[in-house]
Amino acid sequence: MMKFNVDERGYYGEYGGAYIPEMMYPNVKELQDNYLKILDDEIFRKEFSLLLRDYAGRPSPLYYAGRLSAYHNTNIYLKREDLNHTGAHKINNTIGQILIAKRLGKTRIIAETGAGQHGVATATVCALMGLKCFVYMGKLDVERQAPNVLRMKMLGAEVIPVTSGNMTLKDAANEAIRDWISNPVDTHYIIGSVVGPHPYPDLVARLQSVISEEIKWQLTEHIGKENPDYIIACVGGGSNAAGSFYHYLDNEDVKLVAVEAAGKGINSGKSAATMVLGSPGVIHGSRTILMQNEDGQITEPYSVSAGLDYPGIGPLFAWLYKMKRVTFDNATDTEALEAAFLLTRLEGIIPALESAHALAILGKMKFKKDDIVVVTISGRGDKDMAAYMKYLGESDYKNI
Amino acid sequence: MNRIDKLFQNRSGKILSVYFTAGFPSLHSTSQIIEALEAAGADMIEIGMPFSDPLADGPVIQNSSRHALDNGMSINLLFKQLADIRKKVNVPLLMMGYINPVLKFGLENFCRLCFETGIDGVIIPDMPPELFLKEYSVFFESYGLYNIFLITPQSDDGRIKYIDKISRGFIYMVSSSTTTGVKKGFSEDHRSYFKRINSMNLKNPRLIGFGISDNKSFEVACDVAQGAIIGSAFIRMLGETGSSKNNITSFIRKIRGGNNTVSAMPLFFKNIL
Repeated sequence: MMKFNVDERGYYGEYGGAYIPEMMYPNVKELQDNYLKILDDEIFRKEFSLLLRDYAGRPSPLYYAGRLSAYHNTNIYLKREDLNHTGAHKINNTIGQILIAKRLGKTRIIAETGAGQHGVATATVCALMGLKCFVYMGKLDVERQAPNVLRMKMLGAEVIPVTSGNMTLKDAANEAIRDWISNPVDTHYIIGSVVGPHPYPDLVARLQSVISEEIKWQLTEHIGKENPDYIIACVGGGSNAAGSFYHYLDNEDVKLVAVEAAGKGINSGKSAATMVLGSPGVIHGSRTILMQNEDGQITEPYSVSAGLDYPGIGPLFAWLYKMKRVTFDNATDTEALEAAFLLTRLEGIIPALESAHALAILGKMKFKKDDIVVVTISGRGDKDMAAYMKYLGESDYKNI
Repeated sequence: MNRIDKLFQNRSGKILSVYFTAGFPSLHSTSQIIEALEAAGADMIEIGMPFSDPLADGPVIQNSSRHALDNGMSINLLFKQLADIRKKVNVPLLMMGYINPVLKFGLENFCRLCFETGIDGVIIPDMPPELFLKEYSVFFESYGLYNIFLITPQSDDGRIKYIDKISRGFIYMVSSSTTTGVKKGFSEDHRSYFKRINSMNLKNPRLIGFGISDNKSFEVACDVAQGAIIGSAFIRMLGETGSSKNNITSFIRKIRGGNNTVSAMPLFFKNIL
């Protein structure tokens, strides 16, 4: 990936950078100065790939979804990140970052989480490495993603409910940053998405890029060529989409589609579709597109999916949008819920609510019969059973 | 001459700068609070522009910011409220806030209105020095505004020298590794940090902020720097007892130690330093 790479100052075009208070400077600078060296180090690479294979269970399968393909009258391959250890793509990033944290001599790990998948993946690698773990989670998310809270507790992490703001992902990230300011020496902050000050967007994208690296050879095994016509992924901050697109960014034959959460509808006032509703600004240390009012106050987002309930988007995506390299679409709560049931009943795969947003646009797209479409199933839906059952009760969902 | 320079030229120490969030406790209390602070003896005033996501702030300023925004405060309104503030007060005035609302307002426009209003300096913690120099310093210079930079206990000597070199007015010396409003008192670590900075012969004067909440911490700060900045403690008082002139006067008097002068300061503090 050359054309859309971050520059030395941490920018993707006009987006990115490190808009941080001086209190964070030593920690962020330490990461900026070391991350590429560590990622390139042979021993690191060996440790990372062994853990991805033997611990996380990679490669994750690329599965030809026959009945879903027939339903949409095209060829759909599912990249099964839901089958990773801990149930989502988040583990790719946390394994990489915990290895970096250890190299930097850190003994205490903090993280923010929305749906709890990143929190669980962080708590998991902390247990694996014997490091103390503190996870900030909006109080609303603590309630709506209860199973993941229990998992984090069992893994030995301390889950700290955040009561500021809307009590969701944005506020959890604020509180994690405040923790880092207050613990500037021994602590590494494992950010869960391609957001935050440089080098995080690039670091997390590189650690997640294993997804598209695998798609390339797996698709070759399936159909004899590495390029699909489309890759579709959901996007909140954008980590699974960044990983799914990464090795295809320079190859313009492959159409890349990112799906945001429209919540109750773009114009309902309850939405998280940043690229439709947002404008340029600074959030969590990075210049990007974010949802804000005319005074530059950040707007509270909404989505039924806790992992997409974020008012910003990674700076890489703000740039890819501007360069017209990625097409953005969005799906409402209801469309995502419907798509989750459709996949479940056709393929026996219960997707995370986040991933269901990517599935939800399949019906709206105009595919040709011989198109090859890869959809990333970023996580599994165990954590979302309460929302799914509520929908089942309200909607008298018909069997297909 | 910039009023900040004038202040530090005329006064060698015990400078008290007070921060408050504009729009708190009530929307239209801004100029009344500024006037009362000057009358009570504050040497400099930092006017907080509330932001929805104040990353470097603890719960007190988070809450005052949320209330101020709920009350309807905005940068636009704030400039209107301050339009004739220079007819009323003479102390240096600074605007303090986060970068996103300022960028949304338009940075050049912001600097111009600061100049027209009689604002002397700006503190934007999430606008790092490198970025300031590259993109924004030109506007600050053309409107005679000082941008105030922060140093922290984790800043190494090289970083401090760099910040000293590019600073004008004064350096905001963050006392501890913490967000605002955390009362911890000053430990041995703080004192060695204070001593380290003092031994560096910086060209800019320093004010210590974060963790200054009473006369005791103010006096400690004044012994190792030219003065101190109080924010959360003042806002807590405003929230609990209101922004009347009497309350503000008695708060400032308490911070200054009533009628106590430097010589009346308990020997204990001098000894431990």
